[in-house]
Amino acid sequence: MICLHNIVATYTTRRGQVNAVDGVSVDIPDNMILGIAGESGCGKSTLIKVIYGDLGFPLALTAGSISYGFQNDGGQEVTLANIQKEWFKRISYIPQSSMSSLNPVVRIRDQFLDFPSVSRNKAEVLERARAFVQKLGLPPQALDAYPHQLSGGMRQRVMVAIATFFQPHIIFADEPTTALDVVVQKAILLLLMNLQKEMKSTIIFVSHDMGVHYQIADRMLIMYAAKAVEYADTEESFRRPLHPYTLMLTNALPVIGDDRERQGLPGQPPSLWEPMRGCRFAPRCPLATDLCRTTEPPLLQHAAGHYAACHHADRVAELKESLANAHDLIGVSR
Amino acid sequence: MLRIRSRTVAAQQPARPSSRRRLRLPLNPRLIIGLALLTIFVGGSFILPFFTSVDPSAQGTYWKDLPMSTTHLLGTNSLGQDIFWFLVFAIRNSLLIGVSASLGITIISCVLGLSAGYIGGWYERIVVLLTDTFICIPVLPILIVMSALMQGNTSFLMVSLILMAFGWAWNARTLRSMVLSLREREFINTARFSGAGTVAIIAREIFPYVYAYMVIGFINTILYAINTEAALAVIGLSKLDVPTLGSIIFWALNYNALLTGETVWIIAPIVATVLLFLGLFLTSTGYNEYFAYRRGVA
Amino acid sequence: MKTIFKVEHLNKVYRLGSFPRAITIRALHEVSVTVESDEPVIISIVGESGSGKTTLARVVLQLERPTSGNVIIHDTAVAGRRAMARGTEFLRMVQPIFQNSFEAFSRYRTIDSYLYETATRVNKLNRAGAISAVEDALSAVGLTYRDVRGKYSNQFSGGELQRVSIARALIPHPRLIVADEPVSMIDASRRMLIINLFRDLKERYKTSFLYITHDLATAYYISDYIAVMNKGVIVEFGKARTVLSNPQHAYTRLLLDSIPRLDRKWNPATEALVAESRYGEGRA
Repeated sequence: MICLHNIVATYTTRRGQVNAVDGVSVDIPDNMILGIAGESGCGKSTLIKVIYGDLGFPLALTAGSISYGFQNDGGQEVTLANIQKEWFKRISYIPQSSMSSLNPVVRIRDQFLDFPSVSRNKAEVLERARAFVQKLGLPPQALDAYPHQLSGGMRQRVMVAIATFFQPHIIFADEPTTALDVVVQKAILLLLMNLQKEMKSTIIFVSHDMGVHYQIADRMLIMYAAKAVEYADTEESFRRPLHPYTLMLTNALPVIGDDRERQGLPGQPPSLWEPMRGCRFAPRCPLATDLCRTTEPPLLQHAAGHYAACHHADRVAELKESLANAHDLIGVSR
Repeated sequence: MLRIRSRTVAAQQPARPSSRRRLRLPLNPRLIIGLALLTIFVGGSFILPFFTSVDPSAQGTYWKDLPMSTTHLLGTNSLGQDIFWFLVFAIRNSLLIGVSASLGITIISCVLGLSAGYIGGWYERIVVLLTDTFICIPVLPILIVMSALMQGNTSFLMVSLILMAFGWAWNARTLRSMVLSLREREFINTARFSGAGTVAIIAREIFPYVYAYMVIGFINTILYAINTEAALAVIGLSKLDVPTLGSIIFWALNYNALLTGETVWIIAPIVATVLLFLGLFLTSTGYNEYFAYRRGVA
Repeated sequence: MKTIFKVEHLNKVYRLGSFPRAITIRALHEVSVTVESDEPVIISIVGESGSGKTTLARVVLQLERPTSGNVIIHDTAVAGRRAMARGTEFLRMVQPIFQNSFEAFSRYRTIDSYLYETATRVNKLNRAGAISAVEDALSAVGLTYRDVRGKYSNQFSGGELQRVSIARALIPHPRLIVADEPVSMIDASRRMLIINLFRDLKERYKTSFLYITHDLATAYYISDYIAVMNKGVIVEFGKARTVLSNPQHAYTRLLLDSIPRLDRKWNPATEALVAESRYGEGRA
C-alpha cells in the first residue's frame, strides 16, 4: 500500500511559487492499476513525478510524506528520501515519448543491460531479455536494432519491457500511449493489463483520455486545480460519480452510437497563482452554493472506498439524471 | 433544468493582465555598461568638436611632443597636433564610417535575406548563389589590392561602399535561414488567409521575429566596419589626412612613437579603440540577453 | 444538387533525396470523393498520423500543389489544372482553422489586427464596415470586440483563441472551412464547446466544414459524411452514421474496435492482438 499524506508540491519560478499539487492524501492499494485523470494544469503529472521521487529544482515537496509499503535491500522502509535508489529496481517508469527516452546511438540491447542491477552474467541476462520481449510481442531481433529502426509502437513496447523486466513492485507511466495511434494504443494497454495481472504489481498512470481510464484502470483519482476531487473504483466513478467535475468529465465527449447532445463546460480552471477560497470548482459548478464558495470541501469517504471532495455529493446523482434526460437528439438528416 | 448553455456563454473577460505594459524591465549590467561607454564615445565625439575651432589635422599647430597638461589633455604629437582633439575627431569619423556602412549592410542583408527566405523558388536560388559567392571572397586582400590601386586617393565614400559590398553576405545568409523556419509557422498561413501579400507578410509577420537578431547584427557590423577601416589605415591604405582611429596608429607607427617615448600618441588610440569595441560588444550581448529575457516573459 | 466538395484522382507524391537514392512518399494516392448536397454539410476526414488527411487539407487550402488530380469546391476548381489562382477570390471561398491556436497568431501582433485585416483585405470593406463585420463574426462565436481589442495571443487560453480563429475564418463568409484537428489541443471538458459551435455555424452561416481528425467520436457526432483514410488512400466513404455503425472495410472496423470505449470494457484474455505492421504506426 502506497500512502500519500498531505502532499504539497511547489514549483519555484521567477514569478514566485505555485503549488502544483496542494494537499493530496490518498492510499493506493497493491496489485491494481490506478489511473490519475484530469485536464491540463490539474497537477497530475506533478503528482506522479512526486510519487516517483523525481524531485529537484524547481520542483520541491514543501509538505507531506509518502510511504511505499516495502523495504529496500538494507531492510529500511522506503520513503522519498531513499526512493531514488529503487529506480528500475523496485519501481520503474514508462515515459510518454519513447524516441526521446532511448539513446539513439546505442542498440536496444545495450540500453537494456545498462542497469545497476545487472552486474552478473550479461549474456544470461540478455537471453532472458530476448525471451521477455518475445512475450511482449516483439521479435527477439528487436534487441539488436537501433531505436530509429523500430516503429513507434515497437519502441513503446521496448519501453514497457525495460520498465517491467526486473519485476518492479510499482510502475509509473505518464501518458504512455498518447503519442501512439489508436490501434497500437490498444495493444500496449492490453499488454500492460496482462503484465500487471501476471506480476501482481501496481501500475500508476496518468492520462487525459477517459476512455483509457475506463478500460484499464481499476481505481481512478480525479484531480482538478491541484486538488484531488474524487477517488473511487473506475466503474463507480463513471456510473455513480460523487463530484460534479467527474460527471462533467466523463460526459464531456461523444460516444459512437450515442446520438445525445453533449455540452462542454465553459470557463477554465482557476489560476493557481491567485489566492483561492472555497471549492476550486465552484465557479464552473452547476451545484455551487455559498458554502462551496467559502469553505473548501475535504476529501471524504461517502461510500465504501469512494472518496469525493464535494459538499453536495448527494446531489450529483440527480444532476446526472437531468443531464441524461435534458439532452436533445442531434441531427435528423443522417 | 441544469443544462449548460455553451453557445451564448461569452468567454469570460480574459483574466490575465497584459504582460506588455512592463517597460521598467531591469536592464542587465552588460547593457548598462555598454550603453554608458557608447554614450560617452558618441556624445563626446559629436558634441565636443563644437567646442574647438582649430582643425586638429592641421600639422604644426602646436609645439611638438608636449607632455600631458591642462592645455593639452593628452599632449601633442610629433606632427604638432593636439592628440586629444585629434582623437575626438578620429573617433567621430570612425563612428561615422562604421555606422553608415553598417546601416547600408543591414538594409541590404535584411531585404535580400528576408525576401529570399520567404519567396523561395528561383529567386531564392539566385540570391543564395550571390550570397555564397560574396561570403567566400576574402575581404581584406581585395581591399588591400583596391586601395593599393587607388594609391591613397580613396574617398571615404569609396571605402564605405566597399565595406558594404563585402559585409552584407553573412548576415543575409543567417536571416534567410531564420526565415526558412519561420515560414513554416502557422501564423504565416493565418496572415495569408487574412489577405496579406508577400511584402505585408515579410514586414508584419516575419520582421518582428528577426528584429532582435538584426539589432545585434547591426552593432556587430559597426565593429566589423570600424575594424576593417582601421586595419586599412594602419597599413597606410586609407585616406590618411582625415583623422580616424586607424590613421592615428599609422602615423604613430610611422614616427616610431614607441621608440621616441611618445607613448601617449600610440596608446591613446589603442585604448580608445578597445573601449569603443568593448562598448559595442557589451551593448550587443546586453541586448541579446535583454531580448532573451523579454522572450521568456512574452 | 450542388457539388459541394469533389476530389478527383488526387495524387501527391514527395520525392526526398537526390537521384539515384531518392525515396518517394505517396502522401495521397488516387483520392476520389464526391459530396453533393443542397444544404451545407460537415465532411470528416478521419485517419491516424501518416494517413494523408493533413496533406489533403493542405491541398484543398492551396498550401500544396497536387502531383495530379483536381479538387472542386462548389463547382470551382481550387487545385489541379484549371485551378483558380491564389488570391482574394479563393480566400472568400475557403478558410482554415488550425490545430494549434497559439501558433496561429504572431506573438507580436494583436489578435484583433488579424480580424480587421481579413475584413479589409479579403472582404474589401472600409473601416466602419470592417469593424462591423468583425463584431458580427465575434458574436457568432460568443465573443465581443471588447474581449479581443488590443490583446495579444498570450492573454488567452487555447479554447478562446480557437474561437477567435473561427471568427476570423467566418469574416469572408466562406463556402468551406477546413478545420485541421481543431480541438485536439483543447481540454476534453471544453472540446464540445467548439464542436457544437461548428454545428451551429453550419446552420447559421451556411458554411460547409471539412473536419480533419483522428478522433472518430467527434467525427461521428457532427459529420454528415465521413471518409476514412489510411496510408494516403480513402478506404471507406459514406454517410457518417452508416459508415460507423456498419463499417465495410477491415481498417474501419479495426479503428472502431480499437477506440477505448466508455460503455464496454476490453477483456484482455479474449482480445485478439492485431499485428501492428499491417496497418501502420504511431504518431511519435
